[in-house]
Amino acid sequence: MTKTYTDHKGRPIIVVSGYGVVTSLGRGVKDNWTALIAGKSGITKVNRFSTEGLRTVIAGTVNFMQPEEVSAPGISFAMADATTQEALTMADFDNGSFPGPLYFAAPPVELEWQHRFAIMDDNKDSDVAGYDALLAAARVKKYQKTHDLVQLGTIAFRLAEKYGTKGLPISLSTACASGATALQQGIEAIRRGDTQAALCVASDGSVTAEGLIRFSLLSALTTANETPSKASKPFSKDRDGFVMAEGSAALVLETLEHATARGANILGVIRGVGEKADSFHRTRTSPDGAPVIEAVQAGLEDAGITDNSVDYINAHGTSTPENDRMEYNNLKAVFGEKIHSIPISSNKSMIGHTLTAGGAVEAVFSLLTMREGVIPPTINYENPDPEIPLDVVPNVKRDADVATVLSNSFGFGGQNACLVFGRDVA
Amino acid sequence: MTTDNSRMQREVWITGIGFVSCLGEGADLNWQKLSADKAPEPVIDCDKIAPYCIHPIPELDWSTQIPRRGDVRQMENWQRLGTYTAGLALEDAGIKDNMGLCSTMDLVVAAGGGERDIETDNNIMALAIGNNDREHLVLERLSNDLRPTLFLAQLSNLLAGNISIVHKVTGSSRTYMGEETAGVTAIENAVSRIQAGQSTHLLVGGSYHADRPDAIVPHELGHFIFSGMKKGEGGFAGVNERQSGDGGMALGSVGAFLVLEDAEHARARGATPYAKLSGVASDLGSRSDDEATKARLTDIIAKLGAKEAGADRVISGASGVCGITDLEFDVLRETLGNDIAIRAHGTQIGQPLEANFPAGVALAALALKNDGFYPPFEEVEKPAGSPPSSILVTTISHGPGEGMALLEKA
Repeated sequence: MTKTYTDHKGRPIIVVSGYGVVTSLGRGVKDNWTALIAGKSGITKVNRFSTEGLRTVIAGTVNFMQPEEVSAPGISFAMADATTQEALTMADFDNGSFPGPLYFAAPPVELEWQHRFAIMDDNKDSDVAGYDALLAAARVKKYQKTHDLVQLGTIAFRLAEKYGTKGLPISLSTACASGATALQQGIEAIRRGDTQAALCVASDGSVTAEGLIRFSLLSALTTANETPSKASKPFSKDRDGFVMAEGSAALVLETLEHATARGANILGVIRGVGEKADSFHRTRTSPDGAPVIEAVQAGLEDAGITDNSVDYINAHGTSTPENDRMEYNNLKAVFGEKIHSIPISSNKSMIGHTLTAGGAVEAVFSLLTMREGVIPPTINYENPDPEIPLDVVPNVKRDADVATVLSNSFGFGGQNACLVFGRDVA
Repeated sequence: MTTDNSRMQREVWITGIGFVSCLGEGADLNWQKLSADKAPEPVIDCDKIAPYCIHPIPELDWSTQIPRRGDVRQMENWQRLGTYTAGLALEDAGIKDNMGLCSTMDLVVAAGGGERDIETDNNIMALAIGNNDREHLVLERLSNDLRPTLFLAQLSNLLAGNISIVHKVTGSSRTYMGEETAGVTAIENAVSRIQAGQSTHLLVGGSYHADRPDAIVPHELGHFIFSGMKKGEGGFAGVNERQSGDGGMALGSVGAFLVLEDAEHARARGATPYAKLSGVASDLGSRSDDEATKARLTDIIAKLGAKEAGADRVISGASGVCGITDLEFDVLRETLGNDIAIRAHGTQIGQPLEANFPAGVALAALALKNDGFYPPFEEVEKPAGSPPSSILVTTISHGPGEGMALLEKA
């Protein structure tokens, strides 16, 4: 029997041969999946820094890594390193020479207050203050390590060097759709014939005081601080914002032909991706939902799904009033009445919103959902929103035969990316 | 391999340029000033953040490209500059306000992080002196003093977001990061997509606002900023001249956007090209071994076929940082000949990091279209002869990563 290596459009079939994940639920695929299907929450009161006086004092922080420095770039690198290692080991590429490029969804890193104060204190006798004092201090003493940490390309450069990916690594951002975009970039490169394999990684360890304040000022975060594990409640009537969270995921993509030739274990298929930008508003989606609808339709079309036969939807489901309502409306526009019978759940009810990493983390969980035949629940679903009559797999996991998954990712700046995954090669 | 069904490469044309530098607004004006018989005096401000010199944004009327005042208010200057320049590029390509073309146009942006609130930061740092509860101070001041929407002016992908909002470019939207390599990645990705038929028309570029201390600090921490021939003494020098001193980058405010098109797509709508973008190549490797770095740069030039194409001039994005700057020039002379006419645009427009590569490509395209070139920006740069038929563009980052493009007369 001859095997087909191309899809319905004559393009190479792309499979996943390794993945790794870190979230507030734990390190590694096994720990995460166990907690996820048990309906466990990783959201806690923040204890890494003082939250005195803040409107939101909870998050899904990752406190069990040993970063070289406790800062957004330090934690982001530590998590990215861990998930990349796990994915490459699983894919049997763990020899320091990965045969393709790196696409890295990079968190927003910058000089933090701890850095500013440390530099300032080195120059106590200065007769200038503020940025002038930082510059004066920097002229006399080189802060190489801090410099390297706050360059936006550093994490990708370091991963590329350590794991031997090919060429110039790519750092990208599409805000909260970044994780999905990293995969999209890998898919496109393989389809162009540029490479047979791609390493797609996303990481975000940017839960800082300033980060919490920034999102708070935009009224994006929940203020349900009393019981942190119950604060993220996607699709509930009383949802009042998302929970900031940290996490990382890495996925090894390769052509089916390449994977088959080297006898790799195939964990799932990437069937399609759709994207459409929104020009309506910086943080809100077009009232008519057209761009999201187009992105979902483009993803389905790209995957060759003509009859909307999706077994499960891994929702963006942030738990903000606007996102969940719009996501429902837009899915209904695509799927019609059928949407009410397709199970759809939000991993964010348990892990919070891992921002830059979200799309990639949820891609790993989508693939696991198909492989394990278990749909992770939407927890904290105690007060359903009657305006959103979806089957959200409430509170308890569900055994199900899932062969096709749609995973949505939306971000500030009008970013919409939808991925379609399949369980079986043909 | 059966996977390789897209190797019949499409030709990529540059059909629109938006360009703003310290010299002024518009691709044409920058061409006129930079290609005059004698290079213009650099436009620099060496007082405001002394001993550093920066190339400021020229006087612009934002409203001509960003008509809604609410939009201008929601942005900081790096986004305004980028959104403004993107509008110039669309206008130049004859695509502006063409909803059919804009809604299917792909958007690729190279971006860093945005401006911080300098006043708030300086105030916190001043109050922190002698304060033993700095954590509380930061929480209190940031919560009270930050403008609620400032975050949106800081997120890297919100330059792209603003371009979508103001100019309605919505086919797709991707933002690349990583200092100078962001610009290389953006254009390399854009060219690959058009060559492979994944995109027909695309807006790509970046912008950088240099006139702010929070931009200088992260780079000065690694001693990468020029602050005089002897570190800290102040004053300005060109990229080449700096090499006999302590070297470094003089940050420059630049907006550079290009409309790239599948040649067939351009022909069908009657658009004319500035130049053909024949290829982009890039690499990453350790900079600790000069021979290895030279080998990588030599490989990139070979991969692009620059010598075979007769490239006898280079638009160089050399940063001015000692070591890598001369190494780049050495490789260019060794591979393309001793008489190669290199123009380091950092001398004129400064180092715009993410916009470095887009700016270089724009300057090369302008020269090819106008059948001319630029006079030496410094005495040491060699004069160029007859009109160019192909030009090599380099962006060798001050940190890791390097990329080049080959442009040819279309």
